[in-house]
Amino acid sequence: MASVTQDSSRLYDKLAEVIEEKKDLRNPLIEILRIAQEIFGYLPVEVQEFVAEKMGIPASKIYGVVTFYNFFSMKPRGKYTLNVCTGTACFVKGAPRLIQMIAEELGVQMGETTEDGRFTMSAVRCVGACSLAPVFVIGEDTFGRIDNKDKVKEILARYE
Amino acid sequence: MSFKRIDLLICCGSGCISAGALKIKERFHEVLAEHNISNEVNMIETGCMGPCDYGPVMVIYPEGIFYKKVTVEDVEEIVTEHFIKGRPVARLMLQEEEKVIAAKKDVPFYQKQIKVALENCGYIDPESMDEYIATGGYEALGMVLTGMSPQDVINVIKESGLRGRGGGGFPTHIKWQMVHDNKSGEKYVICNGDEGDPGAFMDRSLLEGDPHRVLEGMMIAAYAMGATNGFFYIRAEYPLAIARIKLAISQAKELGLMGENIFDSGFSFDAEVRTGAGAFVCGEEMALIHSIEGQRGNPTPKPPYPAVQGLWGKPTVVNNVETFGNIPTIIRKGAKWFSEMGTEKSKGTKVFALTGDIRNTGLVEVPMGITLRELIFDVGGGMIGDGKFKAVQLGGPSGGCLTVDHLDVGVDYESLKERGAMMGSGGVIVMNDEKCMVNVAKFFMDFCVEESCGKCSPCRIGLKQMLEILERITSGRGREGDIEELQRLGESISKLSLCGLGQTAPNPVLSTIRYFREEYETHIRDKSCQNKVCLDLMHFNIDKDRCIGCSLCARKCPVTCITGSREDKYIIHQLECIKCGNCFDVCPVKAIDKIPGIHPDTAAHLQAMEKVTQKYDD
Repeated sequence: MASVTQDSSRLYDKLAEVIEEKKDLRNPLIEILRIAQEIFGYLPVEVQEFVAEKMGIPASKIYGVVTFYNFFSMKPRGKYTLNVCTGTACFVKGAPRLIQMIAEELGVQMGETTEDGRFTMSAVRCVGACSLAPVFVIGEDTFGRIDNKDKVKEILARYE
Repeated sequence: MSFKRIDLLICCGSGCISAGALKIKERFHEVLAEHNISNEVNMIETGCMGPCDYGPVMVIYPEGIFYKKVTVEDVEEIVTEHFIKGRPVARLMLQEEEKVIAAKKDVPFYQKQIKVALENCGYIDPESMDEYIATGGYEALGMVLTGMSPQDVINVIKESGLRGRGGGGFPTHIKWQMVHDNKSGEKYVICNGDEGDPGAFMDRSLLEGDPHRVLEGMMIAAYAMGATNGFFYIRAEYPLAIARIKLAISQAKELGLMGENIFDSGFSFDAEVRTGAGAFVCGEEMALIHSIEGQRGNPTPKPPYPAVQGLWGKPTVVNNVETFGNIPTIIRKGAKWFSEMGTEKSKGTKVFALTGDIRNTGLVEVPMGITLRELIFDVGGGMIGDGKFKAVQLGGPSGGCLTVDHLDVGVDYESLKERGAMMGSGGVIVMNDEKCMVNVAKFFMDFCVEESCGKCSPCRIGLKQMLEILERITSGRGREGDIEELQRLGESISKLSLCGLGQTAPNPVLSTIRYFREEYETHIRDKSCQNKVCLDLMHFNIDKDRCIGCSLCARKCPVTCITGSREDKYIIHQLECIKCGNCFDVCPVKAIDKIPGIHPDTAAHLQAMEKVTQKYDD
């Protein structure tokens, strides 16, 4: 961690504060990792090692937890995460086609980030908006009944 | 003091919010202020009212008028016509065969429903504790703490016949009794809100729509077994549910309904919320417990059961959100009232999320034992569009598909299990005759492969093997004996896996083989997907007689595999086609057909390729 810049050292300070605050809760690891991901945007090995050291937990255990849960990412994410719902209702109503349309539009595959760092496309299992299937979500906005590419284009253009 | 003459209930369930309910609410604020009647209207954001397909929906009292598919532009008319002049807006009401249905109670969707867990959902403001109390909330907790012994409570639950609503259907009172009888000084109660089933949103709607009910149910459970600490484990994907339950906890603490020595009874209780981090297997109780402990959510062998050695090694009860949602009403109205609903072995009601190719998608609560026909055609309103009913999938990735022959089967734990499906947590996905069952089975298998925790090999390796066979079948490389191999693998994975995920994961495949075997056979023998879903086993074709030569398809084709001219019309070069379907969508005269089976050109090409590889292998 010798090469940390000014900026990221501030982030580490913030994380250290969080760890200090939550340390005495019973098994707060997942909570802390969640907040760490909020601070850094993702959980690179360096951050995991930092948490390990501060909490006195083996880094291997932290790696185990990070890789187990879908929520955690070890790769940087785009400015917006575009989650395509792949729940059963969306699947039967055309999610695979929707994924194909978005992939063509953004030029990335599932799990990848666009070159300009604007979008990361990922899949979620059911967002509970089954009546609007097929659905995708950007941030807290849900877009439903997407059945043609023009709609996709128009929506993506709203996110700068 | 203002006099509110109108109650305006706006559904703010996830379906209606996605459809724009919040913008409508804002608009109401503006328009009411413009007309200076803000103080006459009591606007309430409620939880899910159920009929998501009509969303955004609202109900206006005192008349009980039900409006559907309201848009921001309709708000002005509702205020001026309905609120000011007293003339409800007929065009926003539900129309059924030329009959206008004004009142919510007359909407067919609600006719066969009985709401127990969802009693208040869509009727009260979930963020107001007073409203919950006004509908009889916390009365049950009071009754229990001041007049019943813990054993009395367990006896009532036993008499009611309540079984776990998370899917397994394990009798609730047995778990409670086990923990009650344990002498440990430290016990825990956990609410399982890790609703991972794709296509299911029952727990979410209940947590968002009536959080105090779930909390009250949990506290009654805690009292019955002597626990003083509770955990809500809720998926991270449900931020509103998490916020609402946190708010309910702080409100209850403020009012003294939670904390030390509640109602002077000597009973103390505290609860906290833990969020899941996205792992389907964490719905399994041991995995969930490990996740709360900050570990990987791997299941561990049972016994010891959580009731003996659960969270931090202490006796623990894990109950589903809906199970807790039933408790306060059972205590208040009595075990007899509850057990009069349902069938001999499955008592009470069950909440289902109806989705798929059905008219009334949404959240419903029906008595156990209702037939699938009533559930799908009466409550659900039947199929949407021209499609015919083909199959219904119950129980998500652990469940199975049932067919038209099963429509008169009653929905209860045993009947469904006998036929290869299961109650599950309540996702009901209805499919029309355009769906390919092999593809549906592949979808669920893909889900289970991804969500398998990897701990034990039958599930980790076996499911992957099943998925590969399914992929082979749907891509035209299916072989004789594949069906039998899938059955053999499925049966052994069910027997050998440690936890519920692995034990039930082969169900979608086994049940589709059982009821739709001929579809598997056409995929394997004829290399054809009759429903034109599996892209490798279908092709697109332009009908020359219908083609007007406009060239739109050729221009929209991303791989430029369509050529032709106005005179000669257009053709698709099959070998280059990636089957994206753009041409099919854009053709103004619908001259492009989807045809089952591999195109002869492609088939010849594949055969030639195979010969080359065979030569190479030799």
